[in-house]
Amino acid sequence: MSDHTHAAAGSDADSTSGSHDHHDIGAHIKTYLIVFGALLVGTLITVGMYFVHFESMAVTIAVALFIASIKAFLVAGYFMHLLSEKKMIYSLLAITVVFFFALGTLTIWSSNDLPKNSEMKTIYVP
Amino acid sequence: MEIPYTYKPRPDTGLYNAKVGIWLFLASEIMLFGALFSSYILLRVQAPMGEWPKVAGAWPQGLLNIPIGTFNTAVLITSSVTVVLAWAALKMNNFKAFRRYMVVTLVCAFGFLGIKSYEYNEKFTHYELRLKSGEAMTGHLEVNGKHPGFWDFGSIYNLARLEKEKVTEIKFTADPVKPKSGEKHADSASHAHEAKTYALGDIAKLDAFVLRNHTFFAIYFVITALHGLHVLGGALVLGYFAFPGSSMWKSNPEQFTNRIEVAGLFWHFVDLVWIFLFPVVYLL
Repeated sequence: MSDHTHAAAGSDADSTSGSHDHHDIGAHIKTYLIVFGALLVGTLITVGMYFVHFESMAVTIAVALFIASIKAFLVAGYFMHLLSEKKMIYSLLAITVVFFFALGTLTIWSSNDLPKNSEMKTIYVP
Repeated sequence: MEIPYTYKPRPDTGLYNAKVGIWLFLASEIMLFGALFSSYILLRVQAPMGEWPKVAGAWPQGLLNIPIGTFNTAVLITSSVTVVLAWAALKMNNFKAFRRYMVVTLVCAFGFLGIKSYEYNEKFTHYELRLKSGEAMTGHLEVNGKHPGFWDFGSIYNLARLEKEKVTEIKFTADPVKPKSGEKHADSASHAHEAKTYALGDIAKLDAFVLRNHTFFAIYFVITALHGLHVLGGALVLGYFAFPGSSMWKSNPEQFTNRIEVAGLFWHFVDLVWIFLFPVVYLL
């Protein structure tokens, strides 16, 4: 593993580590502004979709989360430079993704242990 | 003692150390917010079907102020782009531009918090009323001729408190019922925005839109307040780097630039959380 990262870091060092330092920072700024515009448009589309009213709740959720995921990709990929990051960060995030979904699955799985809706309906604290 | 790899990349990782550090921290933050998002899904899926407040405990939809939420999203996205532009300005040796972008970022950060406070206050002064007859409505409360003010926690009432204070009747202005497609609400429209008096003995439940009232408010306030604290914390750090901490620009520009990148990574993460939070709590 350590050899592996070592080699990757070594080869990357020449090609990408200096990518932010050089003349291309001007091009980066242009990218940031385009991403900024895309994020604002994405927000408007998300809100617009709310007023469209899909028949199925599943479609509504899928559309909302799909747009949010694209926006998240833009922020993480460009603002957080994840598209040109070192291998170690990717490994770290890969582990996080596994634990994130494990945590979510366990939590939602526990819904089997709750009383059914019909039994809960009348419960409220005055 | 000099701290190693503050700007030179460490040979084995290819990164300066703070960058590994912030990503480890962000990984833990992903887990923190992940737990809360999972809880949200669990509560949302388990809520009784039907329209709130007609059905007690059902998930309230369209309760939050969407135009304000949309505007706040734009404010946070703007602050995210200005913080990355501030970092880019340092890369181009332009300290003046850096300071300018940081000020815009800070204005956006505190603007976001101000707008959120206004939204919170709207919820703290909004009430759910259930009568023993089964009728349920939302609206605004008037006790002893008093309306609650801005962030006036002392004026948040529930039934137990009213009984304790020996109040015998309240005035309640019900919200106009939103007409759903295909349904007629001819009668409710005429009552809209008219304060009615209710005897305390007729009331089954009365509570403001606060955490104890409903699982929706519980998870909404917990997630958005935690996010708000992240915004506040990020703003304090960015504020420090923009003003007192910026003296490092003269002594060690590379390390200072990296500090801005690391603080920026945190700030983008806060933006990222909001990108998911906004559609989930406001729109779904």
